[in-house]
Amino acid sequence: MEIKLWINGKLTEDNIEPDTPLLEYVRSKGCLSVKRGCETSNCGLCTLWIDEKPVLSCTVLAARANGKHITTLEGLQEEAKEFGEFMAKEGADQCGYCNPGFIMNVLAMVRELKEFSDEDIKEYLVGNLCRCTGYMGQFRAVKAFLNYKRGGER
Amino acid sequence: MLTIKEYVSVESLEEAYKLNQNVNNVILGGTGWLKLQNRNIVKAIDLSKLGLDKIEEDEEKYTIGCMVTLRDIEKNVSLNEYTNNALKNSLKDIVGVQFRNCVTIGGSIYSRFGFSDILTSLLTLDTYVEMYKGGIIPLKDFVNMPYDKDILVRIIIKKDGRKVGYSAFRNQATNFPVITCGVTITENKKVYAVIGARPYKAKVVEDNENILGEFSEENIEKFAKYVSENLKFDSNMRASGEYRKRLTEVFVKRTLKKLMEEK
Repeated sequence: MEIKLWINGKLTEDNIEPDTPLLEYVRSKGCLSVKRGCETSNCGLCTLWIDEKPVLSCTVLAARANGKHITTLEGLQEEAKEFGEFMAKEGADQCGYCNPGFIMNVLAMVRELKEFSDEDIKEYLVGNLCRCTGYMGQFRAVKAFLNYKRGGER
Repeated sequence: MLTIKEYVSVESLEEAYKLNQNVNNVILGGTGWLKLQNRNIVKAIDLSKLGLDKIEEDEEKYTIGCMVTLRDIEKNVSLNEYTNNALKNSLKDIVGVQFRNCVTIGGSIYSRFGFSDILTSLLTLDTYVEMYKGGIIPLKDFVNMPYDKDILVRIIIKKDGRKVGYSAFRNQATNFPVITCGVTITENKKVYAVIGARPYKAKVVEDNENILGEFSEENIEKFAKYVSENLKFDSNMRASGEYRKRLTEVFVKRTLKKLMEEK
């Protein structure tokens, strides 16, 4: 079937199989940051945005993205780098495998939450699993990053 | 694995209904559950073009299109105010934000999953389903109807001034619930509880014996026990039936008490 969509701002037209998951499709277009972690809509590794909303690309069919704008980490390099510095400062990175999906959801949260408590942050990020760190380092990094984005100090 | 031969984005409900009569065709919700199954679908029917992704409100009711996502409902300010966050509370622990941005209310409710948090919380409200051919049916009747090839078009919640509360128990955050518990106090002070994940589908238990004619601590405990004794519980990999029964008593009590404190 024919689809037409935008990946990181670039218009793409293709003929795809109707059962292609969006995950496979964006990877075939070179967006290798998008990874398959669990296969059961649980781990958050495959997170990307459709029209600015974070979704699980393993769960959405590519056909559903027809006519929409897709954003992956490849399209948010500057912001990702900025957040990466907060992660490094807290020593929150370990193997790094979960990072792309995690960062996509953090950056979505920064756009969405007008006010935030510790609980709000945890609630928003609970769908991103990380097997290495126990989350505390990441949490400190996210909080510092949010404060910075809301006009606080770096 | 899910295989799909053909993908049809329909122009009308009539077209969708006709296609859906073939057993090898299926209407797509958010594909959260469908993609975990081994299914060979000939035609996948997508309702995305029909404008059913909106929550509308007038003085009497909320109307929620079947393609509205769970996250849209969770974020709807008016629904949260009306339900004192009970709907939101029944949604916020379902996997994660990204998952709730994918899956649709139509898919969730049509499927009538035993583990469904949202089926439980919607049963606490005066909720109806609008079926394309079957018309408007109270949700508590729809729950027990056999699966057919009709299309769930909208969810309707009538505003009648009742108070509702919701709670659930999970072994781990974001996992399926072990028990779900909704409590309603209607405007004329009638009380009922809704218990799901027993692991059967959510079911309404009314206070037929008027135990809560007077809201005392003792009567609340009696009612909680009455609810747990009037339901069937069973075991699965998450918990035993006996454990669920005990949890039900505790959760009905807590949820009802909290609801009354919020007066």
